[in-house]
Amino acid sequence: MPTLSPLPSRPSALAGTSWIQALLQACPASLATLEAPQLKDRLAARLALESTSLPGKREEAWRFTDLSLLTQIPPRPLEPALGSTQTQASPAPHSWRLPLDAWPEIGETTWPEGIEPLHGPELEAQLGRVLAATETTNHWSVLLNSAIAQPVVALRIRPGVRTCLEVVSDSEQRSGVQAHRLLLVLEEGACLDLLQVHQAGGPSLCSVVVEAQLGPHSTLRHGQVTHGPNHGVLLAMTAVNQAPGSCYTLTSVCSGWGLARQEPVILQSEGQATSQLRGLHWVKDHQISDTHSRVRFTGPEGQLDQVHKVVAEAEGRSVFNGCIQVPREAQRTKAAQLSRSLLLSDRARIDTKPELEIVADDVRCTHGATISRLQQNELFYLQSRGIAAPQAARLLLRGFCEEIVSQLPSASQSWSPLSSLLQAEARP
Amino acid sequence: MIRPDAPILLEIRDLHAQIEDQPILHGVNLTIRAGEIHALMGRNGSGKSTLSKILAGHPAYGVTAGTVLFEGEDLLSLSPEERARKGLFLGFQYPVEIPGVSNLEFLRVATNARRQHLGEEELDTFSFEDLVRDRLQVVQMDASFLDRSVNEGFSGGEKKRNEILQMALLTPEVAILDETDSGLDIDALRIVAGGVCQLAGPNNATLLITHYQRLLDAITPDFVHVMAAGRILRTGGKELALELEARGYDWVDEELARLQPATPVEMS
Repeated sequence: MPTLSPLPSRPSALAGTSWIQALLQACPASLATLEAPQLKDRLAARLALESTSLPGKREEAWRFTDLSLLTQIPPRPLEPALGSTQTQASPAPHSWRLPLDAWPEIGETTWPEGIEPLHGPELEAQLGRVLAATETTNHWSVLLNSAIAQPVVALRIRPGVRTCLEVVSDSEQRSGVQAHRLLLVLEEGACLDLLQVHQAGGPSLCSVVVEAQLGPHSTLRHGQVTHGPNHGVLLAMTAVNQAPGSCYTLTSVCSGWGLARQEPVILQSEGQATSQLRGLHWVKDHQISDTHSRVRFTGPEGQLDQVHKVVAEAEGRSVFNGCIQVPREAQRTKAAQLSRSLLLSDRARIDTKPELEIVADDVRCTHGATISRLQQNELFYLQSRGIAAPQAARLLLRGFCEEIVSQLPSASQSWSPLSSLLQAEARP
Repeated sequence: MIRPDAPILLEIRDLHAQIEDQPILHGVNLTIRAGEIHALMGRNGSGKSTLSKILAGHPAYGVTAGTVLFEGEDLLSLSPEERARKGLFLGFQYPVEIPGVSNLEFLRVATNARRQHLGEEELDTFSFEDLVRDRLQVVQMDASFLDRSVNEGFSGGEKKRNEILQMALLTPEVAILDETDSGLDIDALRIVAGGVCQLAGPNNATLLITHYQRLLDAITPDFVHVMAAGRILRTGGKELALELEARGYDWVDEELARLQPATPVEMS
């Protein structure tokens, strides 16, 4: 009979409603640096949040996701940084780094060629547009973000951008709540590598909402590398609206958080676009990693290729709900979804669920899910070449991760995502 | 090359084994000396591949009786990786695909494990690349194979050539090649057989498991063994393989019937 490790202590957790109210009180309703459209959203979101509690088990989308860890985080803005203690590596060549912790003070910086900030009427026209189109404006995690977020980083991407845009937050050991908002509008034919890096070491919440509007024949290669502590929470919403001919790839590598909830929501509003989603989540201890993805095609001939991978050890838990919506107008859609989980412990848990809503009759949609331990035949093959069992297991785990990590934008190399995943791994 | 005074590399005595309580080997005896090339033939299901996997230490099989000595040492007490490091090599009938693990990295780690056992210096990435490029010529493989994942997306012939490449890097004392010729076209068979011949020498030995004379046309065996019902039923020279090619295996049934109840067949 395996012994269960003790649950993390729960110091002075507030009830959900009290926690939200305390947070709203601690975060000002208005900031001088906010532009009018964001302020309007902020006030609306605060109003909506005031009368709600945390989502709980009664809501299908949150059924497996215990948010109680959130209420142990001090409900106040993140403490200010104590001097420059950051140990980030230098950006890769051709990469332009935007430290979100220092935003918006550096807002007047010189942007790379082809990247321009959106202000005034342009911002008003674009802010929240993708959220509305993807019907995520009133998602709880979006409301929370809208109610307290820093000024949005809103950018227009013109064709010809050659740098990778790296947006980074690192709350280090500090406690509290930080909320970041990013809005990208890719013009027709534009192409961008975007790398999001969110790191934390203290009891903190990192809330991030990314909205991206992809113009016709534009390409967004989007990487997310997120790593946090057992007492940290990540809530990440990524909403993307794709015009015909556009190509969107999202590669997300996530580890360490006590609770990580990621919600990529893609809309191919007229079909005829290409989406690729790649996820790798490593859970251990009592961590929960929850991915709820939704891809909706509202036009014909759209394509999706989705692979969600999980490594679960100790008492880690992973939840994956992959929704694909193919209404009548989305004929000749091609969608493939695969969930692959490695269960390295008897006490880890995987909940994985494809959710295909297909009305169109001329489509090709495949889905599959595997949950297994390391493959014995693979282990034996490596051992039969002189490689000791623990090293063979490490090689296999590395290979399992490498398939996803290798698809991150190349600028991610300076964050050594694979090493940070593997260095803390327990031996199977 | 038969030299009666050559050291014995592998000695199998009365080996009985099973998988999930199903007995498969019923007393295998086989002695292999340095410099020898042995061919092991027999019908499907006769126990040839099982024997090879047991020798390599596959965890699914259990040895119920008998001994195996590798260079005088009890082989069965060693882990699969220890066997490989000491110089036992199994070329897989179905080489395993390992997505995400680069072939180059895999070959380097394996080679260094063997070198460490031999007391040789481990090779860094650069020195290993020099070595592996040299060995690639043995199997006429393109260097682009090194950048791919282990066996992933390889054709049947490429997988078998990759096995021989591993053999060329690990320089085993005893190489067991389990149906290395299956699924190969004529050119690939020639390349693979040529590689095996290049690597065979006076100080090592090869056990070829095969169904076909065509492999033995390219690699002349010193001994041919016929396996049936979990034991070696007959041993002869290279002409035994030709006889099998002409006569098939019907005689095996008659011989087995005479042997009932099962008793081990002694080998000279």
